[in-house]
Amino acid sequence: MNALAEAFRLIITLDADLFEILWLSIRVSLIALAISAVISLPLGTWLAITRFPGRKFCILVLNALMGMPPVVVGLMVYLLLSRSGPLGWMGLLYTPTAMIIAQVVLITPIIAALSNQVIENLHQEYRDTFYSMGVTGRRAVVAYLVDARYALTTCILAGFGRAIAEVGAVIIVGGNIDHLTRVMTTAIALETSKGNLSLALGLGAVLLALSLLVNALVIGVREYAAKRQYA
Amino acid sequence: MKHLITCVALALSTPVLADTLVVQSTTSTENSGLYDHLMPILERETGVKVNVVAVGTGQAIKNAMRCDGDVLLVHSRPDEEKFVADGYGDYRRDLMYNDFVIIGPKADPARVAGAANVTEALQRIRETGARFASRGDDSGTHKKERLLWQEAAIDPDAGSGQWYLETGSGMGATLNTGVSLGAYVLSDRATWISFGNKQDSTIVFEGAPPLFNQYGVIPVNAGKCPTVNREAAEIFANWLLSESGQAAIGAYQVKGKQLFVPNANHKLNSSIESK
Repeated sequence: MNALAEAFRLIITLDADLFEILWLSIRVSLIALAISAVISLPLGTWLAITRFPGRKFCILVLNALMGMPPVVVGLMVYLLLSRSGPLGWMGLLYTPTAMIIAQVVLITPIIAALSNQVIENLHQEYRDTFYSMGVTGRRAVVAYLVDARYALTTCILAGFGRAIAEVGAVIIVGGNIDHLTRVMTTAIALETSKGNLSLALGLGAVLLALSLLVNALVIGVREYAAKRQYA
Repeated sequence: MKHLITCVALALSTPVLADTLVVQSTTSTENSGLYDHLMPILERETGVKVNVVAVGTGQAIKNAMRCDGDVLLVHSRPDEEKFVADGYGDYRRDLMYNDFVIIGPKADPARVAGAANVTEALQRIRETGARFASRGDDSGTHKKERLLWQEAAIDPDAGSGQWYLETGSGMGATLNTGVSLGAYVLSDRATWISFGNKQDSTIVFEGAPPLFNQYGVIPVNAGKCPTVNREAAEIFANWLLSESGQAAIGAYQVKGKQLFVPNANHKLNSSIESK
C-alpha cells in the first residue's frame, strides 16, 4: 500500500534525511557490535572451557541478562552519563557514543551466552585432544574461537539484530535529536507518535531490508570462506 | 584488531555537545514541527546550533534538574515557577500560547459539543460512561487534565482501566489510542492539527478559558549546573523572546492554521531582573 510506496520513494530519491538516519543506525550498531564481540566472544568461550566454583551461576546470570529490557539498560546508562551522574563530566549523554555504550551493555550478554553454548558443545569433542596437546588458557580460547568461527557468526548476527532493532535504550540516552542521535527505530517511534502511521511502517520496511542485507552479506561471506577452505 | 581500535577511536570521537545547546522540551513543539521551522532561522540569525530532546514536561523538568539541558521549554506554569524558585532556573518568561481541545468521535456519544463549559463537558463524559484516554505521564497536558477533573469534582482514578484509560505515553501515542477506541482525549491544539491519524475523530469541545495553554522558556541556572552552556542559552531565550523570534513563531502554520500565538512581553536582557 502507500506505506511501502512512500518508503520506496524515499529510497529511490536518495532522501538525504533518510540516509543520514540509516547510516547512523548502521554505524552505531556496528561499532557496538565490534566492541561487544571483543568482550563477549572470549568471555563466552572462557566460561565454556574453564572450571571454577560459581561458573554455573555466572552462566545462569549471563543467560538471564539476555532478557534485560532495553529501557532498563537505557535508564542505567542515562543515570551513569547524566551530568549529575558519576560519568557526567565526560559529556557523553545525548551523543552517538552514549547509544553505542547502551547497545554494548545490551548485546554483550546475548553474544556471550550464545557463544558459550556453541563452544561448550565443541568442548565435549575437543577437550581430550587439546589437553593432550597442552593447549590451555588463552591459547585454548583462541583455538576454539577460530575453530568455531562459522557457528559464531550466528551469535554475532543475533547481537546485531538486537542492536539495530532496539528503541528503548537509545531513545533515553540519545534523546532522539534530529541530525545528531536520531536512528531508524527512534524515527519510527516519532512518526508513530505524529500519527504518520504509513510513513512509520515504511521506515520499518527499510530497516527490515537493511537487516536482511547485513544478514545476507555475513552469510554470503561465511559460505564463500567455508567453500574456499574445503576446496 | 587494528581496525577495531580505529573503530573504537572513531566511536569515542563523535562530537560531544560542548559547543551546542540542549533544549529539554515538551513534545507538542517537536511533534507539530515548530522546531523544524524555527531552528534554521535561529541558526542563521544567531549562529547557535540547537539540539532538542522532546519528552513530556514532567520528564523535561526532571532531566533539567539533573543538569542534562541548558534551556527548558515546557507548558506547566506552576511547575515552571517552582523550578525557578528552587534555584534550578534563572528566570521564566512567557513565550507563546495556544489552547487545549477535547477530541472525540464525530458521533459524540456523550454530547460533549453542547456543554456550556469544561466542567459540564467532563461530567457528560463521566455520566454517559464514554471512555477517556489520558496521558497519565506527568506531562503538562496531563497536569492540566487532572486539574480539570478536579474542578469538575470527578475522581477518574476510580474508573482507571474501565472508562479512564491512562496510556502513560506521549500526546501522539495517546491520540492513536483514543482515536482507535473512539475515546475522548484532551490534546493541545498544535499536536492535533498536525496529527496524521485522525480517522473518525474531531474537536468536540474548544474555546473555554480554562483550556488556555501557556508555554514558557527558562534558562537553566549555571550556579546549580556549572556545565550548562549559559551563553548559548541566553542567546536562544533572547532570540525566542525578540521580535524576530516571536514573528517566526507566529508565522508557523500547518494546513493553513497558525499553531502557536507568540506572547512574550519583549523584555530583553531579563537576566538582570531575574527571580
